Amino acid sequence: MNKKHTGRTVFFAVLFVVWLIPVIIALLNSFKTNDAINSGIFSLPTSRTFAGLENYRRALTFGNYPFLRSFLYSLFISITSTAMILLCCSMTAWYIVRVNSRFSRIYYAFCLFSLAVPFQMVMFTLSSDASRFGLDTPFTIPLVYLGYGAGMSIFMFTGFVRSVPYDIEEAAIIDGCGPIRTFFLVVFPMLRPVVVSVGILQLMWIWNDYLLPYLVLDMTEYRTIPIHVQYLKGSYGSVDLGASLAVIVMSLLPIMIVYMFCQKHIVKGITAGAVKG
Amino acid sequence: MQTQITNSGVRRSVKRLFPLFVLPTLICFLMSFVLPFVQAVRLSFCDFNIPGDAVWTGLQNYKNVFSDSGFWHAFLMTMLFTLVSLIAINVPAFFLGYLLKEIFRGVTVFRTSFFIPNLIGGVVLGYIWSMLFDGILSFFGKYLTENASFGFWGLVIMVAWQQIGYMMIIYIAGFQSVPEEMLEAADMDGATGGQKLFRIILPNMLSSVFVCTFLTLTNCFKLFDQNLALTGGAPIRTLANGMQMKTTEMLALNIYSTYNINRYWHGTAQAKAVVFFLLVGTIAGLQLWLTRDKDASAKKSKKGAEET
Repeated sequence: MNKKHTGRTVFFAVLFVVWLIPVIIALLNSFKTNDAINSGIFSLPTSRTFAGLENYRRALTFGNYPFLRSFLYSLFISITSTAMILLCCSMTAWYIVRVNSRFSRIYYAFCLFSLAVPFQMVMFTLSSDASRFGLDTPFTIPLVYLGYGAGMSIFMFTGFVRSVPYDIEEAAIIDGCGPIRTFFLVVFPMLRPVVVSVGILQLMWIWNDYLLPYLVLDMTEYRTIPIHVQYLKGSYGSVDLGASLAVIVMSLLPIMIVYMFCQKHIVKGITAGAVKG
Repeated sequence: MQTQITNSGVRRSVKRLFPLFVLPTLICFLMSFVLPFVQAVRLSFCDFNIPGDAVWTGLQNYKNVFSDSGFWHAFLMTMLFTLVSLIAINVPAFFLGYLLKEIFRGVTVFRTSFFIPNLIGGVVLGYIWSMLFDGILSFFGKYLTENASFGFWGLVIMVAWQQIGYMMIIYIAGFQSVPEEMLEAADMDGATGGQKLFRIILPNMLSSVFVCTFLTLTNCFKLFDQNLALTGGAPIRTLANGMQMKTTEMLALNIYSTYNINRYWHGTAQAKAVVFFLLVGTIAGLQLWLTRDKDASAKKSKKGAEET
């Protein structure tokens, strides 16, 4: 390791800290009293302004809504939707590539088309359709995510299935393995890298998604974390900054945990997604 | 390479599994994309409160869209924001990627650490940054939603902070695909760092630049959460005709707030959404056309090389 590169390490270490200042400030201020936050967000907490876990205690019920409830809704919706997208879309993509009928080509074209449609185009009609079909609860909204996320996921899965030769599956089928077992025992294990990429992309999207659940769910009863945070911001008048920041910090925790365990996969997912476009 | 089933017996037995393999995805796709899309196109020509009470009004909604100064303002704001962000995101991302392509102590941590902001959702991001900007501006006795240009540049800074790490990762992958031998040969011929960058590295990673450019274009053009959470369109200016115009509002947010004015604006909001779709679709189509063209010309030149 030469001298020039040590300099580079120092440069990036400093830049890294500067880069994360917004997050650090949110974290620091979540431990300060409201008076201290209002008089300046850039000062460190002192023994006089340190609030301990008081903000976090208030945050659990802040906005007349239990934080834990919105946390669990977010968790349930993200995980269920992602699992359904991975399972259903990989099956569909395999069918599209292997059967390659006129129907599957048309369906694939529709999926590509849906990628070019911004959410604003369909949001008003989607929210009324969702309530018409009873998809407006946290337990049924995963079906909306499956339908709306299908385009991107099928696109990425078909791209991968096309790069896998049919020979291996053919051998399994000749050995007497039925199509369902072939898919789950032979094909799905081979899809692992793209399953991880698609899974992380969808998980990040759904966990952070604000507008779709906001329009589809009944907000008085069901609030996901982004809905909860935006609601807190909107409720001017009685701004409890300390409690709001505690909510923010708690909502960032699961993301940071996923990030620490999946760094490599995230990077791979981005490069894979980017190449496909 | 063979990718589809050729044995007709096997193909038939797989086709029989259509209800299991395709139907669940297809039904959800029809319910939450195809049906809302078709209704959306129809409703853009209607006056409606809810989709059930729609009355056909022809092109009236579209006339309203193009005579709405709020829409034009949001359109210009979107174009300007997209162009500025294109540079504010991609230039730093390219150079960070360039510095991080080599191996040195801590490089793996740095490569992913710049990506952290990208994991934070737009709404949470907006909350943190509005507090931050207000904190900084308070030193000068000002606040974020006081001036439209504060809101604009605030949004640029925030979105750049969020997306630089993402694009940087794509650029690093691009740098790594530059053939090592070419760089070694250039070193031997005594090429300077600048020459290597512009003559060898850049031409070899045009595809990364292309991908990042279009990702930034679509991300910025469709920006909603960050816009809503940072300023929500404020400050509001009252126009001569009594209409209120949100001065830091981009297209996606403008569609949303138009819908929320009152029921008589629902049709206009839907027509705006169709126009917005056509704009986003144009960008996507352009991307598709450019990649097609490149693939086709690559094939052609390959074919030509084989023939000679």
